[in-house]
Amino acid sequence: MNIVACVKQVPDTEALIKVKADGSGIEEGGIKWVMNPYDEYGVEEALKLKEKLGGDVTVVTLGPARAMETIRTALAMGAEKAIHISDPALDNADAYTTASALAAAIKEIPYDIIFCGQRAIDDDSGQVGSVLAELLGIPQLTIITKLDVEDGKAKAVKPIEGAQLLIESSLPCVVTAQKGLNEPRYASLPGIMKAKKKPVEAKDAAALGLSIEPKAKVDKMTPPPERAPGKIIEGDDPAVKAAEVVRLLREEAKII
Amino acid sequence: MSKGVWIVAEQRDGALRKVSFEIASAARKLADELGEEVGAVLLGSGVEGLVPELGKYGVDKVYVADDPVFEPYTTDAYAAAVAKVVKENDPSILFLAASVLGRDLSTRLVGKLATGMATDCVEVKIADGRLVAKRPMYAGKTFGEIVVSGSPQMASLRPNVFAAEENAKAGEVVKFDPGVSADDIKARVLEVQKDTSGKVDLTEAEIIVSGGRGMKGPENYNIIEELADVLGATVGASRAAVDAGWRPQSDQVGQTGKIVSPNLYVACGISGAIQHLAGMSSSKFIVAVNKDPDAPIFARADYGIVDDLFKVVPELTKAAKQLLA
Repeated sequence: MNIVACVKQVPDTEALIKVKADGSGIEEGGIKWVMNPYDEYGVEEALKLKEKLGGDVTVVTLGPARAMETIRTALAMGAEKAIHISDPALDNADAYTTASALAAAIKEIPYDIIFCGQRAIDDDSGQVGSVLAELLGIPQLTIITKLDVEDGKAKAVKPIEGAQLLIESSLPCVVTAQKGLNEPRYASLPGIMKAKKKPVEAKDAAALGLSIEPKAKVDKMTPPPERAPGKIIEGDDPAVKAAEVVRLLREEAKII
Repeated sequence: MSKGVWIVAEQRDGALRKVSFEIASAARKLADELGEEVGAVLLGSGVEGLVPELGKYGVDKVYVADDPVFEPYTTDAYAAAVAKVVKENDPSILFLAASVLGRDLSTRLVGKLATGMATDCVEVKIADGRLVAKRPMYAGKTFGEIVVSGSPQMASLRPNVFAAEENAKAGEVVKFDPGVSADDIKARVLEVQKDTSGKVDLTEAEIIVSGGRGMKGPENYNIIEELADVLGATVGASRAAVDAGWRPQSDQVGQTGKIVSPNLYVACGISGAIQHLAGMSSSKFIVAVNKDPDAPIFARADYGIVDDLFKVVPELTKAAKQLLA
């Protein structure tokens, strides 16, 4: 099988995010960068599928030079090779543009199944997997917690509000990974050593024949709204304090 | 020129979901400001009877394709039909619900319509005749104001945030040919397994009671469940509790779990790690119970109790039971 895993580098979940004074973006200084956690599930599923059915895994990443570290992580986990799309013109690219760049790179290689994270935890857009599927003209299985591939078909479980769907798709297709799909492996030391020698192909917008037409932009970023300081209910008796909170919820907050 | 503020109505099992009225109300406000009409796309089998309900919430015209091919929901059938009717009518703005299926459909439409979208918005307004959509990024650690230059200007709206307000309009039926057949569906739904617990999903819950690491083990969640029962709440959990295997992954609230915005969020034994706060900070009221007075959760809580949760939570249950009896 020809398996593709799309991977993005994002700030760690514990990172403090500060908006630049002019609201144009975030302060990148001091941020620890990691592989998007949802993409990790995608890489793990790609590797499991390769181990079951044979084939190889190609990692595709759009991101600046620092994203190479994340590509090496995916290679150390067990992917065979990678394509690194990097171009200043693609910094802060919107979802449609990002998907267009990924699609252009993926069109040049054979693919049977493509994994993406269900969303990246930086912009939280969750659009790229679906747009990529549309641009490649193939079906999508989004926000998936279980996957079986056999007889040229993908069967997936998709939780929705109050139900689960069991969906069957023809191949090739795009699968976007949700937490619960698997438990991603750690890169082993030999894996890390081997990753250094695995091929990473560099591409820019021109090499992919991309014409960049932005469709959406973040006009301004602001810190989250401040919450007014809360009330700590003083006292020694848990029963009295609990009763006071319930009273406040009824009489002051008026929500129960 | 593009004209009209449109929504895609979401129905399940022949009933419109509450979020459909929320996004219709949001669309109505913007349409009034622009002096344009509100259109809604309604797909399903035997759904024409739902049209008057959309009219009640401010929809002028409902574009209906009533066909068994739309039951159950599939990305392929829905995206093809919505894209077709949108291209034929060229609305300037298109809203969908940021529900699970709304996210699936809206993102495919971004591809089909070659436009841009602001995902999971909490505020929408018009500035200089254009849509400006405000949305949390970095799981709410920052907010971004998004301007879409593509057409239509798409946004998905977070459930439970926009008020559903009645504002009766004609709700005129406009039938359209979706041009979709069963052969177009490449990803088919084989089975729908309904959750029979009757619990409201975390993303739609009005009240959530969550337990974290301070619960000490899965066997102690009964006190959380009892409080949730009395309040009519859904039970949530922190990443620590889910990663420890105490609670299912579907219960996780936070940056790598569900982003929630209930009226009331009760955090029990949750310290308030930044990635948890990111998932629940847009709750309207927050109550925190934690024995550590320095726990970051108290900085976000409207009401805090610094004490042993195993003593406090049963007392909350008792007091709430008395009040609500």
